[in-house]
Amino acid sequence: MSDVQRFLDRLAERNAQRGLEPTWIAARRQAGAARFEALGFPNRRVEAWKYTDVRAIATGDFTLARDAEFSPATAATLTLPLEAYRLTFVDGVFAPALSDLDDLPEGVALMPLSAALAENHEAVGGPLGRLTGVEFSPFAALNTAFMEEGAVVRLAPRTVVKKPIILQFLSRAGEQAVMSHPRILIEAGSRSEATVIEHHVGEAEAANFTNLVEEVFLERGAILTHYKLQEAPHQDLHVASIHVEQARDSRYTSFNLNLGGGLVRNDLVTELDGQGAEAHFNGLFYGQGRQHVDNHTLANHNAPRTFSNENYKGILDDRAHGVFNGKVVVKRDSQQIEGFQSNANLLLSDRAHIDAKPELEIYADDVKCSHGTTTGQLDEEAVYALRTRGIDEQTARGLLTLAFAGEVLEQVGLDVVAERVELAVAGKLPERFNLAGLVEAAVALSED
Amino acid sequence: MASQEMEQLVRREYKEGFVTDIESDTVPPGLDESTIAFISHKKGEPEWMLEWRLKAYHQWLKMTPPSWAHLDYPPIDYQAISYYSAPKRDEDRPQSLDEVDPKLLETYEKLGIPLHERAALAGVAVDAVFDSVSVTTTFKEKLHEAGVIFCSISEAIRDYPELVKQYLGSVVPQGDNYFAALNSAVFTDGSFVFVPEGVTCPMELSTYFRINAANTGQFERTLIICESRAQVSYLEGCTAPQRDENQLHAAVVELVALEDASIKYSTVQNWYPGDEDGKGGIYNFVTKRGDCRGDRSHISWTQVETGSAITWKYPSCVLRGRDSIGEFYSVAVTNGRQQADTGTKMIHIGEGTRSTIVSKGISAGRADQSYRGLVKIGPRAKGARNFTQCDSLLIGDQCGAHTFPYQEIGNSTATVEHEATTSKIGEDQLFYCQSRGISEEDAVNMIVNGFCKDVFQELPMEFAVEAEALLNVTLEGAVG
Repeated sequence: MSDVQRFLDRLAERNAQRGLEPTWIAARRQAGAARFEALGFPNRRVEAWKYTDVRAIATGDFTLARDAEFSPATAATLTLPLEAYRLTFVDGVFAPALSDLDDLPEGVALMPLSAALAENHEAVGGPLGRLTGVEFSPFAALNTAFMEEGAVVRLAPRTVVKKPIILQFLSRAGEQAVMSHPRILIEAGSRSEATVIEHHVGEAEAANFTNLVEEVFLERGAILTHYKLQEAPHQDLHVASIHVEQARDSRYTSFNLNLGGGLVRNDLVTELDGQGAEAHFNGLFYGQGRQHVDNHTLANHNAPRTFSNENYKGILDDRAHGVFNGKVVVKRDSQQIEGFQSNANLLLSDRAHIDAKPELEIYADDVKCSHGTTTGQLDEEAVYALRTRGIDEQTARGLLTLAFAGEVLEQVGLDVVAERVELAVAGKLPERFNLAGLVEAAVALSED
Repeated sequence: MASQEMEQLVRREYKEGFVTDIESDTVPPGLDESTIAFISHKKGEPEWMLEWRLKAYHQWLKMTPPSWAHLDYPPIDYQAISYYSAPKRDEDRPQSLDEVDPKLLETYEKLGIPLHERAALAGVAVDAVFDSVSVTTTFKEKLHEAGVIFCSISEAIRDYPELVKQYLGSVVPQGDNYFAALNSAVFTDGSFVFVPEGVTCPMELSTYFRINAANTGQFERTLIICESRAQVSYLEGCTAPQRDENQLHAAVVELVALEDASIKYSTVQNWYPGDEDGKGGIYNFVTKRGDCRGDRSHISWTQVETGSAITWKYPSCVLRGRDSIGEFYSVAVTNGRQQADTGTKMIHIGEGTRSTIVSKGISAGRADQSYRGLVKIGPRAKGARNFTQCDSLLIGDQCGAHTFPYQEIGNSTATVEHEATTSKIGEDQLFYCQSRGISEEDAVNMIVNGFCKDVFQELPMEFAVEAEALLNVTLEGAVG
């Protein structure tokens, strides 16, 4: 049986179990399946997948999870200790017991996709798939074929949500690997403001496949800070397409913090459609073992006076493989654009590998665009400087690695998140090394 | 043709556009095994060369034209091209510059390259390629004294078969890519340079290319070999007559540098870019690759690309030898409807290899230009170093400038840096110049030349002067 057929068979099994559903969903599901069948899984001869081999996904045998059972104790250790509104999914299935939707402020709708569909399926049908169609990639098509659960976030105009909204995706260890195809839909009304944290995490032994499609609509003046904290187990496979549409004066800030996952591919695309729209892409990926992390970003400057700034940092150790492909496109007549891109990579091991491709595609002349990318190792002189001050080599290297990540992490407004990433990056520091103590000492010194 | 008529023709929009009327010995359009046999026979080639060509042809048949470049052109009908053309009579082939067709010399004059003057003053040996057969080879004796072989590739196949056998296709194999395979099957001429061990070539070597005779594509094959501690600087420049049909040019250049050898290859390319609607113009699909085979060898590519309707060209360096160095300096100018997808590849294989890439792109009118580059650091290339800078300047709001740099790094001791900017000529810069009484056009020329300075200073002096003039001519009418 071909790889594609195995997935289509799973779909047929699932479809047979489905009850009555709106005709548009069935039609899109069919379109997705047809498109996926026509395309098949991408191979490395396809430019967008040149550096990422998805055979681990294609050859995998994944079923769909039937329940959302998860040990509350384990969940507690995995969950971000934040005062937040929370939707939790276990292998793609909504877990009400692990969710927290109490006291949602007025103007905020936060619910699983299934509930949103039950409530008013037409309101979902409009935006769903408008940004990420089945044409986008074979994975987007596959997701569309399977779509049934996910998260819907709606913010009424002028709503400012104080507490962050957490979308938590838990991956379970089990005998049979499972797949999930979540959809996330975020609609931020004009001048609304919110922070959404997408958190992927799971049991250490889990080896599941998540295929996410996320569509974000920012109306005029809306401000959204979007964290994607990837802490999935090192056997997990993860493909995500995140597509943002920005109206006039809106601001989208992304923190793509990637620590986990065995094979991770992110496609982050923003459409800067209105004047004054701003996009900030911040990224940090830390690969160890045989992790493979591929980040593709694209900023489409479709309107004049739009701004994009990207800063991605990669740290690769052991036999990890990182891919960075950032692209800025300035459409014809989109004048007075500023588009900046920076990518720096640190290779900590001889077997680590990075493929970087920062692209500019510009069709207007009144622009200021630049990109820079560097790849190198820790500065031996800096290591030496620390060692002359009595710091052992391992600690010196750990500290410098941390400093390298610092440029992205210092932009992170949520301390809980920043610290979690810092701890992971500093994981190579000797145990007796007391980071907090050092920081305190440094603060004390500076106060003197 | 009377000289007055000549003048009129020359004064047309494209200064270099005229057809020199020399009877051609042209084969009918089309490509099959018999065409290749005809070419090989015409060139008096040995049997092994024909076999080599046929092997390339069979590979080519199985290949498809590349479509990944950021270029837009109609499919090429390879059966509509005539693959061989040469001046008919042997007595048409002058033995020295004095005997060169005055029309040809006049063309060079119009281009602002007084060939004879330069040859005399600068001591440049010239192997002028007129259509597909060499028409001039000078300074041969002086080179002969130094032990340098500089001749057409056809002569080399006849006279130095062992060298050709050893090196031809060793850098760009027959099946390397679609256009290289085509070239390998049908190449008609080109240059061959061999600098023996320890010899520094006493003069800069130079070839002028010229496409002539309607409907013939030109397929040049250049092979330059520098043995250990040898050095050579090679200059390539070209111009083409105006016509309506698109002319295909698929050249292959192979450089081999052994231990401590150094090759500097400079190009000024000024082929007919097509008219305002992009009609006519040369399609330029070139494979250029240098192999730093020996330790501490050095290959440097410098190019000024101002012509052609389509440019598809990536002069590359394979840095195999320990501590070998690769360099790429490029200025590419596109105006009107020109399209260029150009850049370089630096493949770091050996330890301590270093490469520098400086690319300056200027896009004006309705032109589209892309920089496409690859820096690859292999697992054994300890301490490899690359620096890349590619800047684009946009003139006018209908043009495009794109950057597609690839970096594949598999070694933690490597340091790779890339930076790129895209901007237009600053209003403040223009105002500054104009407030000092400099006309807008001159100001633009000054700023553009300043923008390209990093590359121009890498060119041999005579070329640098010519390049600046070319740049100004190319951008004429782009401003205002």
